[in-house]
Amino acid sequence: MATLPQTPDQLRTAFGPHLNLAPPDGWDADPVPDRLVETHCCFCGQQCGIKLKVKDNRVIGFDPWEEFPFNKGKLCPKGVKRYLQGNHPDRLTKALMRTPEGFREADWETAMAHTVAKIQEIQGKYGKDAFAVLSGVSLTNEKSYHVGKFARLGLQTKNLDYNGRLCMVSAGAGNKKAFGLDRAANSWEDIEGAEVIWVAGSNVAECSPITTDYIWRARDRGAKLIVVDPRITPLARTADLVLPLKPGSDSALTNGILHLLDTWNLIDRAFIENHTQGFEETLSAVKDCTPEWTSRMTGLPVAAIEKAARMWGEARTSFLLHARGIEHQSKGVENVLGCINLVLATGRIGKPNCGYGTITGQGNGQGGREHGHKCDQLPGNRDIENPEHRKYICDVWGCTDEELPRKGQSAQEIMNAIHAGEIKGLLLLCFNPVVSLPDNQFTAEALSKLEFFVCLDFFASESAQYADVILPSALHEEDEGTSTSAEGRVIKINKAVDPPGDARPDWVILNEIAHRLGRGKYFDHFTSPEAIFNELRVASKGGTADYYGITYEKIERQMGVFWPCPSLDHPGTPRLFEGGRFAHPDGKARFVPTPWRPPMEVVDADYPVWLTSGRVVFHYLSGTQTRRIGWLVEQCPNPYLEIHPKLAERYGLKDGDAVEITSRRGSLVLPAKVVMTIRPDTVFIPYHWPGNLGANRLTARHLDPVSKIPEFKVSACRLQKTTPDRIPAELRELQRMAFEARTNQAALPQRVF
Amino acid sequence: MAPESYGIHPEPILAAPGTELPLTNFDEWGFFIDPNRCIGCRSCVAACAECGTHKGRPMIHLDEMDRLHSPQTAPTVCMHCEDPICAQVCPADAIKRSEDGVVHASQKPRCIGCQNCELSCPFGVPIVFSGLEQMLKCDLCYDRTSEGLKPMCATVCPSQALLYAPKAEISRMRTAQPVREFLVGSLVVKTKNALMVPDPEAPLFLDAALLIEGDL
Repeated sequence: MATLPQTPDQLRTAFGPHLNLAPPDGWDADPVPDRLVETHCCFCGQQCGIKLKVKDNRVIGFDPWEEFPFNKGKLCPKGVKRYLQGNHPDRLTKALMRTPEGFREADWETAMAHTVAKIQEIQGKYGKDAFAVLSGVSLTNEKSYHVGKFARLGLQTKNLDYNGRLCMVSAGAGNKKAFGLDRAANSWEDIEGAEVIWVAGSNVAECSPITTDYIWRARDRGAKLIVVDPRITPLARTADLVLPLKPGSDSALTNGILHLLDTWNLIDRAFIENHTQGFEETLSAVKDCTPEWTSRMTGLPVAAIEKAARMWGEARTSFLLHARGIEHQSKGVENVLGCINLVLATGRIGKPNCGYGTITGQGNGQGGREHGHKCDQLPGNRDIENPEHRKYICDVWGCTDEELPRKGQSAQEIMNAIHAGEIKGLLLLCFNPVVSLPDNQFTAEALSKLEFFVCLDFFASESAQYADVILPSALHEEDEGTSTSAEGRVIKINKAVDPPGDARPDWVILNEIAHRLGRGKYFDHFTSPEAIFNELRVASKGGTADYYGITYEKIERQMGVFWPCPSLDHPGTPRLFEGGRFAHPDGKARFVPTPWRPPMEVVDADYPVWLTSGRVVFHYLSGTQTRRIGWLVEQCPNPYLEIHPKLAERYGLKDGDAVEITSRRGSLVLPAKVVMTIRPDTVFIPYHWPGNLGANRLTARHLDPVSKIPEFKVSACRLQKTTPDRIPAELRELQRMAFEARTNQAALPQRVF
Repeated sequence: MAPESYGIHPEPILAAPGTELPLTNFDEWGFFIDPNRCIGCRSCVAACAECGTHKGRPMIHLDEMDRLHSPQTAPTVCMHCEDPICAQVCPADAIKRSEDGVVHASQKPRCIGCQNCELSCPFGVPIVFSGLEQMLKCDLCYDRTSEGLKPMCATVCPSQALLYAPKAEISRMRTAQPVREFLVGSLVVKTKNALMVPDPEAPLFLDAALLIEGDL
């Protein structure tokens, strides 16, 4: 049984999060690095180039890597402080096994033998599919590919899915439907020459900070910026048009804009005729989406909707960017398709300064979703149910069709099946579902029901603490490999230091488990990340995400290679769809109608306020890493509730007051942050924290029917002012830690006046 | 068709990598601070603190201006005054301005930690650090600029609100106007670094309630 083995306080004492405040030998050490390693940041899909300073097998600091073309030295604060995740007091260096008294360190052999025996026991008793794998896309392409193969041929389970299910799948499904291929259509260089930039549901400044400069460079050349978001984010503050729409109304807005583009004849009929299908059906689906209707659905003024349509329609070049704001919905795929419809209707794609892209969130959100990491997918973005695709991969892997499992369940569905007792065992890596899945009490209950749970992690995340065995894995800087950035640029992660103690890269651990399960014939030849990559190249060959022509050497020489890159002499493809040729067999893009339907949960008399969630610039995803880096925690130690003064007044709330937020799933008590930059009918909570600090205590397990992404961005809640003593002790503790970190550091100015 | 008033430049403005002027002459390069672009990420502060000369202590201030009304944040970096008030009021003559116009941190043997500089600086830049009893401030990353590198904050700044660029290029690179003269009380303060001033007519979007249809 995988309930927590100790009290939360005991677990915090043992595993943190504690704060790493200073370089390994302190600020005054003045060390001279042995070497600088050119690599990339691990903290988002932009994959900025960075140099790590290394001394005595420890990362001691960073240096900007100005030659790397994407970011040219620029870094957000997570990048600057990323080096502090190493040499961390919370770092796992030995295997841990649960005992009745709590976790105890174990030697590798004992932990591994126990793990393999339990896998065999559960699969023997309940069948292969009763053991599931949940993984994540902070992993390199090599590890993502390897996990996919490990689950299918090592564990022989169909139930593998990944945390990209909480990130990129709506965009991926929308891109595949519309274009036949899933990648941002352009390198970001095309942003700079766009006349109008449409940003939908993306807090660019905080979640992909380097992209801000691309947008500003375009603006300095005269580009107009339209930002669609229920909140006025730092980038929106100066935008030419801000559309703070009602949460969950995104597809109504794009339908309304398409209606106007057609009415005003601001569409490219020749492009539509020659390069697309489905326009007429899509148009007929928006015939009633008048500005007045759109205004009612979105809560935006008619004039603003008309202005947006004019700005978008009249431009000669454009770039449309979207992110989790529109994708984290039960209509995520429809919202994405609505945006693509606007791009296709104006024909502004596949040309210089004309582009479209989702801004990938996770470090390898792009590459990690291409090579068989998903429950329905095989490498090269192939379909696990397509007989030809199966045949190709069986040939590459040397297995029979009977050996290759079929489509499994998606991440939330796996958690639901665990809760229902249908899945009995779990191998978890690179994923912290008790923070990042919706309805966090349900997730905690589910993990407590597992008969056996093994977790690979470098820190004992809140999810790892439910495990029976924790195997220490390697940090980003402790292994090499490739990842693929938001632009579709495959880049090289270089190893800076060795993993400490018994820690080792995930692929090494999985190789060993497979070998012990008697499945070594599929894995024993993987002796290095490059060996895995070379098999990935072959496995992806001929698929839409074709990496065959990409080699480690070419990546380093070109500072990245954009896929598809089908042959060794091919330079890669920064801009897709040139000449209006799309990846569907007929070469045409697809318009897809997105008839209006409401979100799964809407506000009502009992829960009258919209709730949405998101990120802050100082934290990455579930915070497993960034909640352990002192300086980042100082800047943002705890969650809070953003609320407009008009709504705050209704509940008698002032800035800093304690407020209880209740949804159909549960309730939280947080401090209020009163800001005019959010719709007065909507509140916002940043989501990076666990348990009773987690926005995901309130969110629902409603999924998009196609992408299976949970609806993190739209819930209904009610608010009540409460007393400060109801603020959770955990939140006070975080504030105390941040205060102590500030006052303990030499950084304090001497203030005597 | 698009209105011509979009004013798109026909050619990319930013020089391609490798064509930039060699970073040898301070006079050709300028430091430009554009709060309008600031996204409040504090990367400048974080990176400044990593410097080997001031070890964990940032020389940059980054302020949230008025969070209730706006997400506006603003970095404050030393403006490097032509006739620095901090140096004028220093009783120990510990603050020097070099010929290239850089105003340096106090000289350790001379600084008495009196905080006159801290109190008098019109921009609120110098900090006397407890424990050190010495005033430290931005010296435009002398260690980096002398080796042909940009100052650290301007290198990392994600939105390039902090920009280090050839002065001659700035009017082509940016629409905001550089300002190097400030009226402080009755005193005109001239600076080496420039503050970028946006078009005063440009709208700002600050209250979401004014941008939506209907009320609560």
